[in-house]
Amino acid sequence: MSRTPKETTLPAIDVPAEIDALQHVSRSPIVDPGGVTFVYRGAADAVNLRLWIHGLPATQPFERVGETDLWVLRVELPENSRIEYKFAVLRDGCEEWILDPMNPLRAEDPFGANSVAQGHGYARPDWTVSDGQARAGAIDEFTVHSAALGDERHIGVYVPARFRRSRHYPLLIVHDGFDYVRYADLRVVLDNLIHRLEIPPLIAAFTQSPDRLEEYSGHEGHARFVAVEIPDLLQHSFPLRASPAARGLIGASFGAVASLHAAWRYPGAFGRLALQSGSFAFADIGHHRRSPTFDPVARFVNEFRRRPGRPAERMYLSCGIYESLIYENRSLVPLLRHHGIEVRYEEVRDGHNWENWRDRLQSALTWLFPGPLWMIYE
Amino acid sequence: MSDVLILGPQFRFPNLRDALTRAGLSGPIATITAGWQEREGELAALEEHLGEPVRDLRLYERAEAVFNQDAELHETHQRRQADLRRLQELYRVRLSHQKAAARELLAMDDDSEPMRSARRAALSAIRRLDAEHLKAIRRIHLRWDSQLGVRTRPVLARQLAELEHLVEKARVVCLAGGHVAVLLNRLRLFGLERLLRARPVVAWSAGAMAVSERIVLFHDHPPQGAGNAELFEAGLGLVRGTVFLPHAASRLALGDRDRVSLLARRLSPAACVTLDDGSLLHWHRSRLVACANSSQLKRTGGTTALVMPR
Repeated sequence: MSRTPKETTLPAIDVPAEIDALQHVSRSPIVDPGGVTFVYRGAADAVNLRLWIHGLPATQPFERVGETDLWVLRVELPENSRIEYKFAVLRDGCEEWILDPMNPLRAEDPFGANSVAQGHGYARPDWTVSDGQARAGAIDEFTVHSAALGDERHIGVYVPARFRRSRHYPLLIVHDGFDYVRYADLRVVLDNLIHRLEIPPLIAAFTQSPDRLEEYSGHEGHARFVAVEIPDLLQHSFPLRASPAARGLIGASFGAVASLHAAWRYPGAFGRLALQSGSFAFADIGHHRRSPTFDPVARFVNEFRRRPGRPAERMYLSCGIYESLIYENRSLVPLLRHHGIEVRYEEVRDGHNWENWRDRLQSALTWLFPGPLWMIYE
Repeated sequence: MSDVLILGPQFRFPNLRDALTRAGLSGPIATITAGWQEREGELAALEEHLGEPVRDLRLYERAEAVFNQDAELHETHQRRQADLRRLQELYRVRLSHQKAAARELLAMDDDSEPMRSARRAALSAIRRLDAEHLKAIRRIHLRWDSQLGVRTRPVLARQLAELEHLVEKARVVCLAGGHVAVLLNRLRLFGLERLLRARPVVAWSAGAMAVSERIVLFHDHPPQGAGNAELFEAGLGLVRGTVFLPHAASRLALGDRDRVSLLARRLSPAACVTLDDGSLLHWHRSRLVACANSSQLKRTGGTTALVMPR
């Protein structure tokens, strides 16, 4: 995952006049319709805001309020935005990155945690929060042998509540599935959307690669594992619908690249794809602008752009406008549509993080697998 | 026509037992839970609520057995369903344009006579489309009925004889909610309308829709699409002049006067009646004799609590 923001110069932002009031705040940041004001209280030589917003400086300095230990920084933030950040506190020549002590909102990811600033108008979608009315599905875990990868792999299988062997279910394969469950509340989301009839009851398989940068960037063995081995394995244990329209793949960041690659290498295996903040590095001419990690990705995406074929009938793509990948994702959409793929594309005021991907799951999953919402009145 | 009781959803706050008591109805009770599909006949919660065992007619399971035994019938049935689905898709395309035009006109801040005239014309166009659609559905049913009818299919006739026997032993038939298309389809397949007319019937949610004259599918804020309420089918017509809207509180934007007004005027002269937790409507010999916790959509927008006519 790339977290190297582009450096630009910010217009000067005024610290609010009501400095006195800031002395008494107990929560940071303070949200107003035009932005947020970060507040830090403590001994320091300097305090900087560290954030991963494409288009804004990665580091923005706080201003000390007089001779007090209060530090403030106001940042312009459009309506409905959500950003993740840390404070970099410089004291006695040492810099320490810390979570905002006055902000209880945190987002976890495999690298740790960040503080979260929710801009004016943002609200966490209610379908991401556990609903007592929704019946809970179960997750079983298995170790499977993959001939394509020459290795054992640990996978999870979500089985919906009220599962019946007499019924046939769509299959959704989730790259970084355990991360989706842990950081994007995928299990809760599946339970809720099924309960609300917004998606049909489905079986979901969670994969987790031990080397995602390698295996997710156009790896033949991994594509076969996902497109052939997992469906074959599950077909023996669960009543699955066989048509491509009932087979979906989802992934975020490099996981989106792996999803597109597997569907492209095995046309007809998946009719539905959800690609969130895909790391679709490419170059129309010359070399791509990213790190060498992206070399195999760019080779695949360049090849895909030359001959995309029809990897799925229907795709969902999303990207945060605060991500450096926004250009690559936007560029993919007209190409896919031109090749007859039904595409739903969403841009949101968020960054490259799990809560962004969580908040898009309703749009993604209901686009891939519309539920019987219009037909069922219980 | 016997008693018909219409209720709201039963899974959170069931009022079935209370409704039966108030209407002076008692068992034995037969149930139709075909709308639950694979879960048909899982009656533990219902029996616990009623405090007595019930007998499910197993229409979903019977239909599967019939299709297994009569391949030609199955194929014919599938072809008819494909025709109906295609018809619904085409209707939906036309409806989306008609609804968009009507909504755009309603949203304009203009009360001039030309605007009023344009709005009336837009509404009329939707009503004509709905009527045409219903006629086209009836034509499809007529075309296939000779091949799908009970009289021409021994396997169906045998099932109907069994069903007649089971219904005769019951004093009340309950139609549960669930998948409205599946429920209606099974009721039609076994020709149960005649049997249901001869017994007191209690129907809730999709069951209520299935016994009405016109079935309207609706959701004002679905995760995908514009949320255009659509005419789906003609029901069994045990209750006339009323379109039932189960889960209206969560599925309809009842605070949106334009949307409510458009739906109420589009479906008039039928009354659009909400069915939520605790709703109860009781028809006795085709006359409404009791109602509670239910509202009617107003032609001017908003809702009004349904009260008994004096």
